[in-house]
Amino acid sequence: MIANVPEIRISQAQLQPEPSPAGGQQPAEAGTVEFSAIRTFLLARGNSAMADRGFQWLMALCALSIFGIVALIAVQLVKGSQLSWNKFGLAFFSWPAGFNFGTVFKAIMNSNLPQPNYWDPVNGQFSALPFVYGTLVTSFLALLMAVPLAIGVAIFLTEMCPGVLRAPLSFLTELLAAIPSVIYGLWAYFVLVPLMREHVNPWLVQLLGWTGLFSDDNLTGLGFFSAGVILAIMVLPIISSLTREVMTAVPHSQREAVLALGATRWEMIRMGVLRNARIGIVGAIILGLGRALGETMAVTMVVGNSIEIHRSLLSNGNSMASVIANQFSEASDNLHLSALIEIGLALFLVTIVVNALAQLLVWAVTRGAPARVN
Amino acid sequence: MGVGIEVVNLNAWYGTNHSLQDINLNMPGNHATALIGPSGCGKSTFVRCLNRMHETNPIARVTGTVRIGELDIYKDCKPVEIRRRVGMVFQRPNPFPTMSIYDNVCAGLKLNGYSHRQVLDEIVEKSLKHAALWDEAKDDLKKKSGASLSGGQQQRLCIARALAVDPEVLLMDEPCSALDPVSTSKIEDLIFQLKSQYTIVIVTHNMQQAARVAEKTGFFLNGRMVEFDFTHKIFTNPSDKRTEDYITGRFG
Amino acid sequence: MGLGELRVKAGKNQLRSKFRELTDGAVTGLAVLATVLVVVPLVAIFVYLIYKGASSLSLSFFTQIPKPVGESGGGMANAIVGSAILLGIASLIGVPVGISGGIFLAEYGRGTRLANAIRFTADVLNGVPSIVMGIAIYALIVIPQNHFSAFSGGVALGIMMIPTVCRTTEEMLLMVPHAVREAALALGVPNWRSVLSITVRTASPGIITGCMLAFARVAGETAPLIFTALGNSFWSTSLNQPIAALPLQIWVYAQSPYEDWHRLAWAGALVLIVLIVTAVSLVRYVTSRGVLKGAS
Repeated sequence: MIANVPEIRISQAQLQPEPSPAGGQQPAEAGTVEFSAIRTFLLARGNSAMADRGFQWLMALCALSIFGIVALIAVQLVKGSQLSWNKFGLAFFSWPAGFNFGTVFKAIMNSNLPQPNYWDPVNGQFSALPFVYGTLVTSFLALLMAVPLAIGVAIFLTEMCPGVLRAPLSFLTELLAAIPSVIYGLWAYFVLVPLMREHVNPWLVQLLGWTGLFSDDNLTGLGFFSAGVILAIMVLPIISSLTREVMTAVPHSQREAVLALGATRWEMIRMGVLRNARIGIVGAIILGLGRALGETMAVTMVVGNSIEIHRSLLSNGNSMASVIANQFSEASDNLHLSALIEIGLALFLVTIVVNALAQLLVWAVTRGAPARVN
Repeated sequence: MGVGIEVVNLNAWYGTNHSLQDINLNMPGNHATALIGPSGCGKSTFVRCLNRMHETNPIARVTGTVRIGELDIYKDCKPVEIRRRVGMVFQRPNPFPTMSIYDNVCAGLKLNGYSHRQVLDEIVEKSLKHAALWDEAKDDLKKKSGASLSGGQQQRLCIARALAVDPEVLLMDEPCSALDPVSTSKIEDLIFQLKSQYTIVIVTHNMQQAARVAEKTGFFLNGRMVEFDFTHKIFTNPSDKRTEDYITGRFG
Repeated sequence: MGLGELRVKAGKNQLRSKFRELTDGAVTGLAVLATVLVVVPLVAIFVYLIYKGASSLSLSFFTQIPKPVGESGGGMANAIVGSAILLGIASLIGVPVGISGGIFLAEYGRGTRLANAIRFTADVLNGVPSIVMGIAIYALIVIPQNHFSAFSGGVALGIMMIPTVCRTTEEMLLMVPHAVREAALALGVPNWRSVLSITVRTASPGIITGCMLAFARVAGETAPLIFTALGNSFWSTSLNQPIAALPLQIWVYAQSPYEDWHRLAWAGALVLIVLIVTAVSLVRYVTSRGVLKGAS
């Protein structure tokens, strides 16, 4: 059976004469005169292969500049730290000559014992151990305080928050991540430090002094603990928003499956969301760690600028980043400068490794463009 | 004036998928040729081979000859050059969203370096009249953006845009499939009118449309061209059983 | 199983679900507590900053340079102008290179391993401490030139902008629908022209907001400037001399023992905060309202 074929009709349009051009030029019979000028113009344009290739190369060059930047930093840092590296080698990150692990450990535990002179610009003796210690302590403290809170906030915002609160709260988090370090430092120096000095530190000494980690010989309110607190405030938004992103990436079907088994909301969060997102959450924490390791200005302003190592968390100190900021302008001779640059090199390498690890973890979970770090 | 299209032994691949196999066709100039067939049979791929748009996909490959007029488009010129002589209208209207109606129509000229204002004004008016959009758009040429028109108007805008560069061939890949019946009939009238000046190749899912508009029709199936003949013959007395099955609605 | 055993089992189950309910409630409470513990102090910081800053702000802040120690008054006009100059140089470097890099990643390198490596490196680079960048530029420019300069500061900040701008440009370009690109190509527009005049133009609201974000970020950076621009208590607009910058000045004044300078530091902090909050809010507005969705 063949379907009925509709007749090929002649439309009204075909019966009407062609419209003439508005310019009052020659009538365009089948659009010959005017258009063929266009046709000739276009035919003469060429294939712009060279322009295409040139443009592509220019864009590629700019993209490759990213590699160039990494190379630039690495080369300059290595060059600058040559002097110090040649003189001290790996002992740069260890204790000065004349000491061993035992005596150093005892000196840290007991402030009354003679302290090694780690960082001695006068005598040209440089050991970065106090600053490595300071970086580790402040970062660890920061994460200890920030991670539980950040995850708590993330859980609240993703699973429990009423819709109307969600937008303002996440906007607030974004704003906080964008505040410059020096402003956090300003606030910390004028508000946080007196607060710590007057209220928090004595309380800590009273409550936790028995651990040996809190002693009352530093009455300034500066020190590792204060630096840890301001660092915690600074990395919290990052960990929190990344955790939220990772938690939101868990498909709804996972949540529903657990709920359908009769779970409470917390059980659903624990089994349906956190379990699936845990790799990403670890990545978020490591990213926060990366930020804490390199944070300079806020730490510089509250850490107390000391080159000694003491057991108490309330003592003054320096982190790797803060010692560079504190001492750079006074660096007298080339060896001093080179030692500071070597600390910068170590910081560079450590943060690259930590950040790369974090990006990999977060990417593995969100499976898309890796998250932007504000 | 339109030119004829000759296709000899055309084969096309997407990666390892052999999407077009040994296509041989002769499409006459100043006529409309319709290509019909079920989904996924390669009609769109074929049409995209005619202006070398198929190559924009990095895993695409083509062998064979396509001659437009006297020009072997795969040997004698670069893709950019052939695309200026062969216009294309896509299934979904795609006007440039950041440009006004005026800028949309003369985009093909401006972006190729043409800048004579007065001539551009005339070309825009002429193309919009050809595309039956002039009366609706003439007051807002520079004020309205291309994306603010209705679906049917957008498609006519795309047709005007394609016509503005004075191509010799116009390829239309299911131009009415996303449109309502009123717009569809307006565009079919358009094609009728344009036939006298351009060679038109239209891919369509709609057999009645092919019957209304085209002199010759080709039936595609699974990457091969099963039958190519006068529209009247294809629809009343097809030579191949598969064609007959498709026409009568047994599949597709 | 006898009735007695069943009853015990039922009792255990009841206890069990009571425990689960309690845990659920406890966790909810903890999560709310965490949020409150976080939000309240952070809002307090904001409010304190605004209060302290506003009370220290005056017209002279914007028009005068710092007065010598001991004299009251003065302002940070030189630091504001200095920051503007530094950011100008930084944008001249960071924006074109960053956008071009983003164009490469989205239009020419999509899916290739090279592009993935570049993207990964850019993200890692974003996390490197800015002080490291400062040291590198110090070694690269300041040491050979033997003096600190606004130029070196601008270069340091500009290089910091590149990875951020590159990534945001790429993300915005990826959102341009393929149909728009095809329309341009089918008209016989050369590829480079299509990328610039069609694709980039369609994505331009988003690209601009990405640049704004990067701009706001480097506007607050202090550490790299310590080694490059150094700071300056006097008027200076020369590119070859040390130059004042707002965050740098805030830092120096905060650490000084003078009350006057402390007030200036708070005022400066407020100005900086306003700039950054404006940028972040604008970005949020543009991305949430879909204004950047150029294609219909």
